[in-house]
Amino acid sequence: MKPLRVVVVDDEELARAVVREHLAAHPGVEVVAECANGIEAIEAVATLAPDLVFLDVQMPRLTGFETLELLDPRPAVVFVTAYDRHAVKAFEVSAVDYLLKPFSKERFDAALAKARALLGSGAKGPDPAALAAAARPEGVPLERIAVREGARVTLLPVETVAWVKAEDDYVLIRSGGRNHLKHQTLSDLAAQLPAARFVRVHRSWVVSVAKLASLEEGKTAVMADGERVPVSRAGAARLRERMPRG
Amino acid sequence: MHPILARRERLLAYLLAWVPLAAIQAYLLALPGSLSIGEAAALAAPLSLVYAFLCLSSFYACRSAPLTRARTGSVLGVHVAGALIAASLLTLAGSTLASLLGTLPEFTTLPERFGRAVPPLFVLGVLLYLLSVTFHYILLSLESSQAAERRAMEARVLAREAELEALKAQLNPHFLFNALNSVSALTTTAPARAREMCILLSDFLRRSLSSGERSLIPLREELALAQQFLAVERVRYGRRLEVEELVDETLLATAIPPLLLQPLVENAVRHGIATLIEGGTVTLRVERAGDGVRVAIENPYDPETPATAGSGLGLSIVRRRLAAAWGRAAEIEERGDGKRFSVVLVVPGAPPEEG
Repeated sequence: MKPLRVVVVDDEELARAVVREHLAAHPGVEVVAECANGIEAIEAVATLAPDLVFLDVQMPRLTGFETLELLDPRPAVVFVTAYDRHAVKAFEVSAVDYLLKPFSKERFDAALAKARALLGSGAKGPDPAALAAAARPEGVPLERIAVREGARVTLLPVETVAWVKAEDDYVLIRSGGRNHLKHQTLSDLAAQLPAARFVRVHRSWVVSVAKLASLEEGKTAVMADGERVPVSRAGAARLRERMPRG
Repeated sequence: MHPILARRERLLAYLLAWVPLAAIQAYLLALPGSLSIGEAAALAAPLSLVYAFLCLSSFYACRSAPLTRARTGSVLGVHVAGALIAASLLTLAGSTLASLLGTLPEFTTLPERFGRAVPPLFVLGVLLYLLSVTFHYILLSLESSQAAERRAMEARVLAREAELEALKAQLNPHFLFNALNSVSALTTTAPARAREMCILLSDFLRRSLSSGERSLIPLREELALAQQFLAVERVRYGRRLEVEELVDETLLATAIPPLLLQPLVENAVRHGIATLIEGGTVTLRVERAGDGVRVAIENPYDPETPATAGSGLGLSIVRRRLAAAWGRAAEIEERGDGKRFSVVLVVPGAPPEEG
């Protein structure tokens, strides 16, 4: 049988040790990498393409959710957390398996078996962005967008984002004078952006009201960076509501 | 706002108290014999009303020259000067009023005859002003004792709250479950360290329970609690968490409310070290600051990590507890420069008065 290739991600050495120890009891499982943070994990997954990742939720720099969004190719995931009400709620609604620290051997084995079955069935896991959204406390909008170029991860604070454009399965994000591409749908991202700042002006465009220069004839939004954005009729109405009067 | 002017019923009582004073004033104006009692009354009534309000101003002089702190000489100087000015104004108002009344046919000779009434009016003005100074000092001392009582009450409430918060922090699911997970990891690989961790955790829990029961503890004990907390976290974070202590040992007997530093140390780890991939050093500093003691907790942090809900709660409770214990005599300042975050407390060397 082909071995199950596993990556263990946790910022605590002892926490990784527990997972490693439990895995050692299972023949046919190979731990191909251990990572202490999300950035290491993104790199390891890109180069090693593991089948399964044990992913801690609270980590420095990138949370487990942000990390999952940037994993490519996308492995099966078992989340591990000590305590996070919102994360657990998200796991429940998305039917994602998770382990609560500290966990028993039985619980660990069950999670591993479930992940194997999922991998065998070829079923796709939950959408990472939707999962991340579900894990955020209610009414708390997205504060930053994690993007990746190769192994380089950048965190874009939403205040710096001027506009977002849909490009097939990707979104093109303009922030700080640079473009960033991310594997996510525009609807998905738009739903998470703070509504006080961003307006969907077109099927494929979202703009930041703060970075808007003018609205030309109700058809084109001219952004402060010079970008000309097409505006639909409904988009123009939404935009006018939000633009400062006069 | 002036305490008398702040409420209508107080002002009414105050003005009623001036009715007999106005009668005395009328009597004194008539005393030199140059004014009839009717004329004296016609002058005294409006003058008293004006002077009643003028005397209220001595409140501000009293507040700026509290009897407890300033030297007697300067306090006396301030009020005597105030009295002379007020009495001069009263006399001036009196002669102005007299000459105004002089335009009426009934009082044509009043302005000339008023001159003899000036000395008693001036003396009375000085005395009345000094009376109002006394009155305001009494008022201020009543108010400050009420404020002290309120502060003591608030301190008690806040201490309870802090105790509760600290209890919640010990039962802080993150801290406790992660610590237990460390124990779980160590049991097979390093049983002796697992046992050590259990003991560290128990010591920390026991100490925080017992210190929360007292209203004041020596800084030494609070620091020991923080050290135990950090020891538990060091097992978990390993080399990512370093602790540096720069402590002036002679200050460790300083009395402080319990569990004052604990939430700050916890924040330093949770919102500081934990946000950094490489970790960093938490620095605890205790040093002399004039007659007081300065305690600083400093940690590096990742400015790009969004502040999580509740991260400011610990700090705001510490701030309120300091104010409740010492009022303005204690200070707290937090500062983050994008790399390092610090909270600096300055507390008086003398323990707070206990409510």
